[in-house]
Amino acid sequence: MSETSNRQLAVGDRVLRKEFPPISRHKLALYCGASGDHNPIHVDLDFAKAAGYPDVFAHGMFVMACLGQALTDAVHPPRLRSFATRFIAITQLGARLTCEGHVTELVEHNGERCAKLALTTKDENGDVKLAGEAVIAI
Amino acid sequence: MVDHSVVGRSLAPVTAHVEPGRLRFFRETLGERNPVYTDAEAAKAAGYAALPVPPTYLFCLEMMDAEQAFEFLDVLGADLKQVLHGEQRFTYLAPVMVGDTLRFEPRIASITDKKGGAMTLAVVETKVTNQHGVHIADCSRTVVVRNKVAA
Repeated sequence: MSETSNRQLAVGDRVLRKEFPPISRHKLALYCGASGDHNPIHVDLDFAKAAGYPDVFAHGMFVMACLGQALTDAVHPPRLRSFATRFIAITQLGARLTCEGHVTELVEHNGERCAKLALTTKDENGDVKLAGEAVIAI
Repeated sequence: MVDHSVVGRSLAPVTAHVEPGRLRFFRETLGERNPVYTDAEAAKAAGYAALPVPPTYLFCLEMMDAEQAFEFLDVLGADLKQVLHGEQRFTYLAPVMVGDTLRFEPRIASITDKKGGAMTLAVVETKVTNQHGVHIADCSRTVVVRNKVAA
């Protein structure tokens, strides 16, 4: 596991990149139970169609959890100060996600030296699904 | 359309327990392999007294232990078919670990109409404290309501 504290971070440095396997219906069913988010739109095709969608789609928070995992693989978890994302587009079944992050700014935050990271999650077509930001202590 | 007078209203507080079995299910679903989250010794070496939770798990705890996970929909006068998650923020102030009991206090922080009323953004802000009364995190969720607009 890489450890960001062991090196000097600079603006523009890529801190993380992680790929995830295709999102299956089974995975969404498991996440429904594991997360407590029982919204049927993610697991029940009939409900999704009635809501006007062609199929079920991933929970935004499942996709954010993948991004969070990519983040904490690269950044020692106790260093994480904040984590935010905007859900840009629906993530379809079968999507193969790639999560990336790079340093945009070095800042003082509550008396700590911190780095701001810009984060993205894209599918296999390069479409952005999530865009976000994290602040990490360095 | 969403009633703007609900801004400032508190939703029912939620008391949630960080249970090891539920947390393991979450980790396995996500394929979490980071030893800080899976191995008690690695967690201790990282400064945690017990296994910590991954960064988005606070959101799950609040939903799992809520009496009504979708209470905000009633307050907004919307149904599940109309809403999407627009944005999510977490600010981490202190560790959250297996064995903790957390209190979530959500409130409707703002409501903004967009696109001539075609959609409404509702922000729910939640203060989270632990069993010692320590303020451990703030969460903010933006819900996008797709309003039923007459054609």
